[in-house]
Amino acid sequence: MSILIITLSLAAFFSLYRALRGPSISDRAIAVDIMSILFCGITALMAFRYNLPYLLDLSITIAILAFIGTLALAKYLEGRHLDD
Amino acid sequence: MIFYYLGWISIIFGVIFNLLGALGLVKFPDLYNRMQASTKCVTIGTCGIMLGIFFIRGFNQMGIKALICALFILFTMPVAAHALSRGSLLFGTKLWHKSVIDKFGEDKKGYSQISKEDEAT
Repeated sequence: MSILIITLSLAAFFSLYRALRGPSISDRAIAVDIMSILFCGITALMAFRYNLPYLLDLSITIAILAFIGTLALAKYLEGRHLDD
Repeated sequence: MIFYYLGWISIIFGVIFNLLGALGLVKFPDLYNRMQASTKCVTIGTCGIMLGIFFIRGFNQMGIKALICALFILFTMPVAAHALSRGSLLFGTKLWHKSVIDKFGEDKKGYSQISKEDEAT
């Protein structure tokens, strides 16, 4: 069971690598978004493994924050037209 | 008893999909390929994990929360990915040099149409 949590954190490290290295802003944005959805999965697995039902509220909140963060950044990106 | 094994299968399925999605995020050459691979796989993966928890725990406190989280992610993740790709297109991040079709670039009128739309709203 904890093997699954370890593999999910390995996936989070992959997206951390993309967040650090990503050439453009959107790479970093998508990497952070993916990382937070992975954390949402990690907290769900921990809630299931250690039988703590209140941890699942955490994963719902992380999903909401990830969604709003990505939308805010997309709105910011749209405003600056560089290519025209 | 069948739900127990079904839950475990979908949890493992979800974790594998999450791992592959994150791998796609690293390996793909271009922003739009990465976005294509990672958002889809991670959404299905996390929803698989949540569904698995729901199958095993049934309708008690933890199962319902997992179901709500799965539905929320299933609805909001594609919207965020679409908004981000549209924003980065308008921001001007280039496609991969070997990419074959660039619908947005071809349709120059499309771009002016989008900015006209912005003024209208």
